Amino acid sequence: MEPFTLFGVPAKALFGQLLIGLINGSFYALMSLGVAIIFGLLRVANFLHGAQYMLGAFFAWLLLNLPSLAPGLGLPAFSYWEALLLVPIILFGVGAVTEWAFIRRVYDIDHAYGLLLTIGLAMLIEGAVQLRYGAAGLTYAIPERLSGGSDLGFVYLPDYRAWVIVVSLVVCFGTWYAIERTRLGGYLRAAAENPDMARALGIHVPRLLTLTYAMGVALAGLAGVMAAPVYSVSAQMGQGILVTVFAVVVIGGMGSVFGAIVSGFLLGLIEGLTKVFYPPASSVVTFVLMALVLSARPAGLFGKTA
Amino acid sequence: MTESAAPLLKVGDLHAWYGESHVLHGLSIEVQRGEVVTLLGRNGAGKTTTLRAIIGLMRKLRGSIRFEGAEIAGLAPEKVARRGIGYCPEERGIFASLTVSENLGLPPATRAGGLEENEIFALFPNLRERLGSQGNRLSGGEQQMLAIGRILRTGAPLLLLDEPTEGLAPVIVAQIRRVLEALKAKGKTLLLVEQNFQFASRVADRHYVVENGRTVDMFDNRDLASNRARLERYLGI
Repeated sequence: MEPFTLFGVPAKALFGQLLIGLINGSFYALMSLGVAIIFGLLRVANFLHGAQYMLGAFFAWLLLNLPSLAPGLGLPAFSYWEALLLVPIILFGVGAVTEWAFIRRVYDIDHAYGLLLTIGLAMLIEGAVQLRYGAAGLTYAIPERLSGGSDLGFVYLPDYRAWVIVVSLVVCFGTWYAIERTRLGGYLRAAAENPDMARALGIHVPRLLTLTYAMGVALAGLAGVMAAPVYSVSAQMGQGILVTVFAVVVIGGMGSVFGAIVSGFLLGLIEGLTKVFYPPASSVVTFVLMALVLSARPAGLFGKTA
Repeated sequence: MTESAAPLLKVGDLHAWYGESHVLHGLSIEVQRGEVVTLLGRNGAGKTTTLRAIIGLMRKLRGSIRFEGAEIAGLAPEKVARRGIGYCPEERGIFASLTVSENLGLPPATRAGGLEENEIFALFPNLRERLGSQGNRLSGGEQQMLAIGRILRTGAPLLLLDEPTEGLAPVIVAQIRRVLEALKAKGKTLLLVEQNFQFASRVADRHYVVENGRTVDMFDNRDLASNRARLERYLGI
């Protein structure tokens, strides 16, 4: 019997690529969400996001290997599951300190300084990690409970990949809900729309900015932990994804949380489809789309025209 | 007791700048607890800037602003608001991305005695019907009601209202006037900027005339008739 085909492509290949697209899209969405939240309120394009994602993966690796890295101290190893909770908390702290020490200094000056500051800090962090741990990727094993998989007939679905998709969907839409429907979210929307007025009503906007930046960085950290078993852990791992993530955020509409989530998943899928039908274009399709969207809708798909 | 005699708000020799442009030139006002005071004057005289300076929105400032005896000049706006000052700007400052209900719930309560939602709806019945609407879907009158209503929740004893009747239909203006009278009866202290002199003369106890960033005259509302000619000269009406 001939293998089942769709549009002249073997169905298994098609669904396989769509699945990979969905996984990549899960990471794009998680990352873009953080960038969009930060830009929406702080008006700073956080080019540190890739380095913070890398730190997330790195901290997970460090936590798992604590006993062998510092043999004399008798430290325990923290599993993937523990890292999933601990690393975002650590990165939240890193983010709060970064905002307090650096980011807040560029709010009132030209955007270009924010760009230079965050790119510079990213280079420092990535350089320091590479100096200490080298450029080669470190491996992080898939947690045992998720190492299996199931054959869905049309595609083989590894458990860990299913887990990534589910977590990303839950976190993205949970965050979106928190911003759109809760009191804290209302503060964020008010502060993003008219910070002076929000302050004049008694809302501590500077504290909200710190909190928001820290939340965005924690999301990057979470994405990093989840990425550790999928991609290899290295100092440069955030660079490639950062470029795509900014394209995603621009396509979704700078600062639009919903736009970032939807475009994140969408872009992952479109990349996957491109790999099936015209592989050479798969690495540029995102940017072609970005150019098209920008020429038709300069504010992005879900952005508000100013 | 000197406490009761001390003004609730005392602004002394206040200077303020927008960038390089010097807009307040030593303005001084005093507002007693429970009083309704208006700032009158032509456009650009510095009335709005005075309210912005009090709430903490003017970054470049010199002089003294004392509220309940404590110096608040130079404090961040959120700190000033939390001390018990409510601010309703000329453009109303309604958040378009928030619903009416969210706008109402936004300012944190700063002290006891804030109005409950039901009391706010008793003053502004229209708001109850619009709770689920986005802030940008409201009419001008509804926006004004919301802007006043939301600072009543906080319990702030001093309210700064910048042109609360601007651009509103007479029936809405009358409603706002009744609300201000009700607030005065509750013991609130109001500092108004008002172009509508007719309106000001019906709600206020005292008027300051602001010209070129300083207070040039002050009169009691009871003496208005005898000062009419002088006032008209100031205001150019």
